[in-house]
Amino acid sequence: SPTSARHHARTSAQRHTMSSIGTGYDLSAGTFSPDGRVFQVEYAAKAVENRGTAVGIVCKDGVVLGVEKLILSKMLMEGSNKHIFSVDEHAGLACSGLVTDARQIVNRARAEARSHRSAYGEDIPGRVLNERIGSFYHVYTLYGHVRPFGCSVLVGVYDCDGPKLYMAEPSGVSYEYTACAAGKGRQIAMTKLEKLKVGEMTCREAAVEVAKIIYEAHQEMKDKDFELELSWICDESNKVHCFVPQDVYDDAVQKAKAALEEDDSEDEDEDEDVE
Amino acid sequence: MSRLASNSFVAAGPEAPCFGLDATPATGADEVKTGTTIMAVEFDGGVVVGADSRTSTGGYVANRVSNKITPVTEHIYCCRSGSAADTQAISDYVRYYMDMYENTSGEEPEVKVAAHLFRSLCYNNKDNLMAGIICAGWDKRNGGSVYSIPIGGAVVKQPFTIGGSGSGFIYGYCDANYRANMTRDECAQFVKNAISLAMSRDGSSGGVIRIAVIDKDGVHREVVYGNQLPQFHDSY
Repeated sequence: SPTSARHHARTSAQRHTMSSIGTGYDLSAGTFSPDGRVFQVEYAAKAVENRGTAVGIVCKDGVVLGVEKLILSKMLMEGSNKHIFSVDEHAGLACSGLVTDARQIVNRARAEARSHRSAYGEDIPGRVLNERIGSFYHVYTLYGHVRPFGCSVLVGVYDCDGPKLYMAEPSGVSYEYTACAAGKGRQIAMTKLEKLKVGEMTCREAAVEVAKIIYEAHQEMKDKDFELELSWICDESNKVHCFVPQDVYDDAVQKAKAALEEDDSEDEDEDEDVE
Repeated sequence: MSRLASNSFVAAGPEAPCFGLDATPATGADEVKTGTTIMAVEFDGGVVVGADSRTSTGGYVANRVSNKITPVTEHIYCCRSGSAADTQAISDYVRYYMDMYENTSGEEPEVKVAAHLFRSLCYNNKDNLMAGIICAGWDKRNGGSVYSIPIGGAVVKQPFTIGGSGSGFIYGYCDANYRANMTRDECAQFVKNAISLAMSRDGSSGGVIRIAVIDKDGVHREVVYGNQLPQFHDSY
């Protein structure tokens, strides 16, 4: 009953120390606040803001995706717990936020891509896939008995119109971008991305830029260890989504670390410290 | 929603009106001669599709001016041979799916998508259908394309293709006279000649020749009446 919900909300609100609390209108996604906000959706976005950064860039010959995957234990096998997934041959997805929620999105995206191919005999176009993913996210913001997804996904697609990048957020909003980022280092990443001329880059160059941005964004969470995941769909990979070849990865990591050293170093003489 | 010219028949039993291939009823009675000649040719920038206009039930011509060329989208048409009911139902489904596709993706589908849908329907329901379809049209990525979907539900892309009972009489003519890279008008004349020859030899094909030329600007339809058909010999 409404009275008991309000009573419960008041006591739980008193326990919060954050300033942007809903005070009784934030218990379910099925409730608007008086100023027209759905707090559960905003809280879901917070789940993304506290997690590893994901970055995507559209280049002239493809799309590059990168994720700062925080490592919670030294005993974790390298390469496990991936945050980048293939949706179809021509489409890949990188996530920031709760990776387990992202896996549900990936499953749905894969099913949509498969069903489009089965019905129409062609690769699902990026804008169709993007709309399906956005709609799927949105459904979970309508009802009180489910919660919104706590992840943002960057979807890179190379379809018959060329390379495309989309980002879908917990609210269900999903736009097309030339470059975008999600997660803790989003602001830093967006600032750096705006300065790049992404349309003139090749994927090899963009891979390095993505790595640099993620290494720099990681400074926000310096105390935790991380692994960079880098993937692309480009002419070089025959328009198939895959993790970048080892040499491209090593080169990108090396240059990213060197760029950090350059920034940190105040000396005129810079040593290219290759680790 | 159908934009077909109405062939208003009730299709039932072995005497069902069809245009297409011969059908022998299980009773072993006289063959039900059904017939059609359909054709499509690709040129740089579009396709020309053509068909005769005879629908026969046994020896009776039920419709001598029927329209066997049916729109699926603005730039994709299909030529229908076989059972009228089956091909009308299939093309209605494909038109519906293409409409959905255009609504959700914001773009007109490519010819190969329409051909894929025709093939899915024809193959998955092969036990219950008698339909030989030619799907041809124009899309901005591939230009003109012609796909043949014969009975059974195979799909094959070809520079030109012929179908229906009348086609058997003109394979030689077509093979001898087709050239790659013909212009639009040469293709149209090729189609008119071939269908005219088929109509003069196949009892189940006749009437007028209907032509549709499809390019980026849309469709231009033409009719060649009986007294204007290309002639190949004055007296015989």
